[in-house]
Amino acid sequence: MRVIVVGAGEVGSSIAASLTESHDVIVIDVDAEKVEELGYAEDILAVEGDGTSLKLLREAGIAETDMLIASTDVDEINLVTCGTAKTVGDVFTIARTRNTNFFDTWTESEGAFGVDFMVSTNLLTANDIARVVGLPGAVDVDPFAGGLVQMAEFEVTADSELVGATVAEADTFEALTFAAVVQDGDVRIARGETRIEAGNRVIVIGSPESVQSFARTVVSPDSSEEVRDIVIVGGSDIGYHTAKVLEERGIESRLIERDAERARQLAEDLPGTVVMEHDATDVDFLVGEHIDQADAVIAATDSDEKNLLVSLLAQNIGVGRTVAVLEDGQYASLFEAIGIDIAINPREATAEEIIRFTQKGQVENLSLIEHRQAEVLEIEVDAESVLTGQPIRKSVTELPAEVVIGAITRDKEHIVPRGDTVIQSGDHVILFVAADVLSPVMDLV
Amino acid sequence: MRIRVKWRVSCRLVGIVLKWLWIPLLIPLGIALYDGTALIPFVVPIVSTAMLGLGLEQLTDEDDLRTREAFLMVSLTWLSIALVGAIPFLLAGEGALAEPVNALFESMSGITTTGATVIVNFELHSRAILMWRAVIQWLGGLGILVLATAVLSQLSVGGAQLMETETQTQDINKLTPRISETAALLWKLYIGLTGAQVAVLYGLHLLGYAPEMTLYDAVAHAFTTVATSGFSPRGDSIAAFSPAVQWAIIPFMAIGATSFVLLYFVFQGSFDRLRNSDEFRFYVAVLGAFSLGVGGMLFVNGGPYTGIEEIARHAIFQVVSIVTTTGYASTDFNLWSAGPKHLLFVCMFIGGMAGSTTCSIKTLRWLVVVKAFRRDLFTAASPSAVRPVRLSGSVVDEGTIRDIYAYTLVSLVFFILATIFVVIDASRVQLTVSEFEAMSAAAATFLNIGPAFGIAGPLESYEPFPNSTKLVMTFLMWVGRIEIIPVLVLLTPSYWRS
Repeated sequence: MRVIVVGAGEVGSSIAASLTESHDVIVIDVDAEKVEELGYAEDILAVEGDGTSLKLLREAGIAETDMLIASTDVDEINLVTCGTAKTVGDVFTIARTRNTNFFDTWTESEGAFGVDFMVSTNLLTANDIARVVGLPGAVDVDPFAGGLVQMAEFEVTADSELVGATVAEADTFEALTFAAVVQDGDVRIARGETRIEAGNRVIVIGSPESVQSFARTVVSPDSSEEVRDIVIVGGSDIGYHTAKVLEERGIESRLIERDAERARQLAEDLPGTVVMEHDATDVDFLVGEHIDQADAVIAATDSDEKNLLVSLLAQNIGVGRTVAVLEDGQYASLFEAIGIDIAINPREATAEEIIRFTQKGQVENLSLIEHRQAEVLEIEVDAESVLTGQPIRKSVTELPAEVVIGAITRDKEHIVPRGDTVIQSGDHVILFVAADVLSPVMDLV
Repeated sequence: MRIRVKWRVSCRLVGIVLKWLWIPLLIPLGIALYDGTALIPFVVPIVSTAMLGLGLEQLTDEDDLRTREAFLMVSLTWLSIALVGAIPFLLAGEGALAEPVNALFESMSGITTTGATVIVNFELHSRAILMWRAVIQWLGGLGILVLATAVLSQLSVGGAQLMETETQTQDINKLTPRISETAALLWKLYIGLTGAQVAVLYGLHLLGYAPEMTLYDAVAHAFTTVATSGFSPRGDSIAAFSPAVQWAIIPFMAIGATSFVLLYFVFQGSFDRLRNSDEFRFYVAVLGAFSLGVGGMLFVNGGPYTGIEEIARHAIFQVVSIVTTTGYASTDFNLWSAGPKHLLFVCMFIGGMAGSTTCSIKTLRWLVVVKAFRRDLFTAASPSAVRPVRLSGSVVDEGTIRDIYAYTLVSLVFFILATIFVVIDASRVQLTVSEFEAMSAAAATFLNIGPAFGIAGPLESYEPFPNSTKLVMTFLMWVGRIEIIPVLVLLTPSYWRS
């Protein structure tokens, strides 16, 4: 497949790097420096120029291109690029937008702006935040098989009963499979004898109920109650949408916004949220409002620095969990090193969503683990797959060692994979696969 | 000093209204012809209102109605119709109405849909005069509908701007884009409901359930029910009729005090609007709760009633009659014990829904007051919380909330001052009026309900009050009916000065 990516920023280059393994990728950006850098770093054809120029798109071979991904930081440019591309050829267009008005228009009338698939950065981020916040101790959660299965990544704290146990000892949950243990950013497949240490992260795959109970009983035993008291700091678009998603789940969160007019607007638009007009860096205020007893604080202002400050303040007064929105991906590890529980990067989420979408067809769904060291894939198996027709005990011997069968769904029913489980044609299998064995595994299954 | 108000424009528009007042006067004229009673009381006002109207119309040919002119026009319209409406009473010279102050009181009570009467002996009055009382009330109801939907919303006065908010919640903000069309729709509804009630009441008579309910009575009562006004040609009001009639009148009073905008949509078949309207639910809850309260008290002690049906009928009838500000009486509630009487007194301050013919403070305002105060309690505990007040899902503007607080407060202050005046003025002429009686009489006139307790009870008359009190009450009815502000604004110097 031939793919043109317009915009070589964080999102664009991440997508390009991911797609270049199996596709012809051409990147267009106005910034000569970025173009050069990308050309060197990855084996990608990078072109300098304006993606909205029809002439340039023609030169890049838009007529023979199968897919165009517009991923600049400017919504309007992305939309115009898609519209322009549509005038020439039968290309599938993907646009990234921030302003949710565009997304609303697009969902209202399919194909608006000449866009075939639109990723709304802010909505996506809000959904990610809401998902992760609902699961105590989780740093990442992704749904599979229409929500029947969840992949979750947990941070193991020093007081967790998992510390010191081996995977075999910890694996006492019915519909839950240990996929991997992450140590200092290194992903290792979970074996029976793998020992879990404090500071590790564990990746589990299972039914949402088992993941929930795992989270509550093992990962953070303190939070036995449901996560309900959530505070959002900053009435940015992401903050607004997070509150809205939580409202839809029946959670009345509190949203703190400094600007009076914006606060009023938010209060009018969010009937199920308590909007407070105050500066969230005022500790007296935070304590006075008992924010220290909140289950989680989400820092979603427009500035990374402010989000960092708010998260640190929240941790300092004793908030259980802090989630910070982080626009600049470079800070992510720094944030987490300082002690912010979860840093969510809208750009990373967007890139992941677009990559996920481009790989659909081959796989039903996927999730990227720790900067693409591994992937969790959902595959509908057919008769030719090595998985089909024999017990898992036998089929795993034909697969590389860096693969874990996490869960199986058959006719919308969750099946726990055991050694003697026989996978049938048409089943959905959720696999955890290390990146270096991805291609051979894809061929086998 | 130049006067900043184009009073000629206001007067011209009042003239246009007066010009057409001869048409409704034909109804009592016809009855007088049929009965062979005096015609002069109606011929004179027919000629004079047409002349006066035409005369005022000649003042100017501008008809550019702006805010200032509209206030003057609204106030003058109600006042001038009250004056013209008093002419038949004066000329007929029957009973208490022969007194000029009484005639004006009765006429103002009519056009403001109040229903407070100075008539002592109904036998003294011709059927034509008694019908004129009903007709003028029906006009008052029609007038207030136009005022509420077309004029007040333009002036952003009273509950009208809120009524817009109410309807905005369901995607269109007005029934039709043009005010005149909206008004015409509501008139049709009003006329239709009146016709339906005549049919029901006279139908009951024909079926034998209401021997007393002649066609004349059916028309006279239909004129004063949907208008929530309450004059009856019978001295003992609705108590003169059978239980079937009393039951039949209850829904018409309740409908009269329901927002006509909502009613319009109900007749269009969208019952969802009714269900989704916070105000309607509140209104129904108020009627239900007070009926239960009054009924329960009557059941436990008091009242000369025997059966459960009788207690239920009178409790529901009186609560609906007072809450909707109709003022009919199915029984002499003066004879009730203190409990249900005081509960009924509380009902006087509630009123029906905004955008109907009802008077008093109205459920819309109370609902906003309740919601805003609950919000204030919430923000008292957490001062930085921002919490808009919502009505049927849409946000109520903070300015509107302030206006509503102010209106409610001013209404209560008016009521208190009026009560004190009634007490003082009565003691001046050595008339025995208890505080409760004075309070109820002040409320019944200012909030346009009609009958009060004691001396001015449902089967009694306002006649014994001194003339000065009656004049003040006439003023109160006028001010209360057009939502206080149009009259009060005329009293501010800055309104007139440039």
